Amino acid sequence: MSHPSFNRRDSLKSIAALGMAGISPLAFAQKPLTVGVIYVGPRDDFGYNQAQAEAAAEIKKMPGIKVVEEENVPETAAVQKTMGGMIAQDGATLLFPTSYGYFDPHILALAAKQPDVRFAHCGGLWTEGKHPKNVGSFFGYIDECQYLNGVIAGHMSKSGKIGFVAAKPIPQVLRNINAFLMGARSVKPGITCSVIFTGDWSMAVKEAEATNSLADQGVDVFTMHVDGPKVIVETAAKRGKMVCGYHASQAKLAPQAYLTGAEWNWLTAYKTVIDAAKSGKPHPNFLRGGLKDGYVKTSPYGPTVTDPAKKMADGIKAQMIAGKFDIFKGPLKDNKGNVVIAAGATLKQTDLKLESMNYLVEGVIGSF
Amino acid sequence: MRNTLNNMALPVFAIVAALGLFGVFVALNGVNPLDVWVLLFKGAFGDWFSWQNTLQRAAPLMLTALCVALPARAGLVIIGGEGALVLGGLACAALPMVVPLPANIVGTAAICAAGAAAGALWIMLAGALRQYRGINETISSLLLAYVAIGLFKHAVEGPLRDPASLNKPSTYSLADGLGIGGISGSDIHWGLVLGVVACVGLGIWLQRTASGFSVRVVGGNPRAAQLVGLPASRLILAACALGGACAGLAGSVEVAAVHTNANASLISGYGYAGILVAFMARHNPLAIIPVAILFGGFGAAGSLLQRRLGLPDASVMVLQGMAFVLILASEALRDVDWRAVAARLWRSAGPSDAQVAMGDKVA
Repeated sequence: MSHPSFNRRDSLKSIAALGMAGISPLAFAQKPLTVGVIYVGPRDDFGYNQAQAEAAAEIKKMPGIKVVEEENVPETAAVQKTMGGMIAQDGATLLFPTSYGYFDPHILALAAKQPDVRFAHCGGLWTEGKHPKNVGSFFGYIDECQYLNGVIAGHMSKSGKIGFVAAKPIPQVLRNINAFLMGARSVKPGITCSVIFTGDWSMAVKEAEATNSLADQGVDVFTMHVDGPKVIVETAAKRGKMVCGYHASQAKLAPQAYLTGAEWNWLTAYKTVIDAAKSGKPHPNFLRGGLKDGYVKTSPYGPTVTDPAKKMADGIKAQMIAGKFDIFKGPLKDNKGNVVIAAGATLKQTDLKLESMNYLVEGVIGSF
Repeated sequence: MRNTLNNMALPVFAIVAALGLFGVFVALNGVNPLDVWVLLFKGAFGDWFSWQNTLQRAAPLMLTALCVALPARAGLVIIGGEGALVLGGLACAALPMVVPLPANIVGTAAICAAGAAAGALWIMLAGALRQYRGINETISSLLLAYVAIGLFKHAVEGPLRDPASLNKPSTYSLADGLGIGGISGSDIHWGLVLGVVACVGLGIWLQRTASGFSVRVVGGNPRAAQLVGLPASRLILAACALGGACAGLAGSVEVAAVHTNANASLISGYGYAGILVAFMARHNPLAIIPVAILFGGFGAAGSLLQRRLGLPDASVMVLQGMAFVLILASEALRDVDWRAVAARLWRSAGPSDAQVAMGDKVA
């Protein structure tokens, strides 16, 4: 596409776009792709939103891309208005509404009215035949990194008790808790993981209380699944405990206590979606990947992590990247004694059964 | 008329002052205040899109503000509208699961009535605790809101959960015919009309009817009201019920027009935002309409401000805070006799000149 030839209709369209969005006349030559990114919380939450914002900051540097961002957008009519505003006021043709709850009904409501705009949702809800083609979702198998967190935790824990502060007992969270404990048990079979559910995604006070209460019970390595892990990381460090991060790196908050962490690498998904939009290829509707595909990554090891721990975790990570490691395989019992995966059965990462997980495995202390 | 103009002049002046102060604030952060003011106006009221944006954000605030304003006129400070709202939304989503409803406007009216009833009962509970057990209604309504949110989550994640809602626990979605749509093809749903009708209707009730007047008498001086034989407790409970019904209705409208089912996204703070709106409107139902639109405008403008200037979301909170404090502070100027002030300033012009001269010397 060297010199686009202008016909009258295109020119009229461009003039209309010019009037609506107030783009400078320079935009005539090469219209930049305007990308809108929407966050449910603050961009600097050391967690879910920061992981998205880090990817957005990277795509800002790409040529021919203009990024508009909005943070603290609740999952109400407000997000429909934000998406509508990005389209009507900023001329965006590709949107990244990143919160899970934006999908149904908000993205679906708007996507039907805006067939020319692409919606890339984070969370993995898009279903063939049920949802429109201009909508897609991307997600990552971050339980792989939580398993590696568990391996490190299993090596580093002296008390044999590790802890998990979780938001809600939903499949994604349960999968992380189970993976963390199973990683630790692969090192020390007797280890237990105590879990506390706070009830919602951002509950700073309850998260601090949960961390303190677990520390009082003898837990010495923490991880979590909440939107902003900052409070848990800082509280655990203050109590002299160790911590494995989640979503983004929290190493800066507690350099000594931070062991490693399960991080998203959303740039991979963002780039795939943007490349398709720029070249006019169909919108990628269903994007998933783990360590192998570069959708998730681990934080660099903290200064206190021992060499045997690093060696074992790196070994398993290499197997995961080679596609030779399965986390969920039988025989596996839940913490009430029921067999949830029969002996000999293996659930691959892509298995949809894992996406409706409704149990905590043996060794997890907690219920929901 | 003159009185109304006087009443409006102070808040308008306070908002202008807040915008001015906000300009200084952003200028200190290296942003051109002129850009900010233009964008604020464009985002809130610049074109039809902005108006729709503003009005849609304003709709739930009108109803939740009434939940504060009506009890306030009866002398109660109720700040737990959030609880009535979420329970209203829950009742609205739950009713079709219990009773088969026709999927038309009758069904919609029924689910809205269910939400209003749930909200009314919840706020009446706070009113009754105060009237009959002497419990401070401000604290109890706030704490009851947490209880309501707890009940809501328990129901949505437990007995009322649609098993297909895996990672976002929700109730079953309403049938299509039960939903509330947009007004003649726009994005603004009928909830706005309900809000305006409720504000106007309850404004007339308070101002023009005997029972509305009785409520105001009870709010003004409960002892005197009882002396003249007004049933104070009953009137207070009625005001609580009406306010709670409005917040419950707001919850139903959110479910029926926006979410289609009850889920945790409903707990988004409309009930608490309503407190600000009601106080800025001085608990006058008619004044709630423009104040709610102003707040909706802040939200819509804040959205554009973030996208165009990269300002953090907190900057709009700063503006809202400034407006709120200045409007409340301007109340202190309400009964000032400006002519007398001007005359006094005129008279003291001489001495103040001397003071200025002295100031010069010191400098």
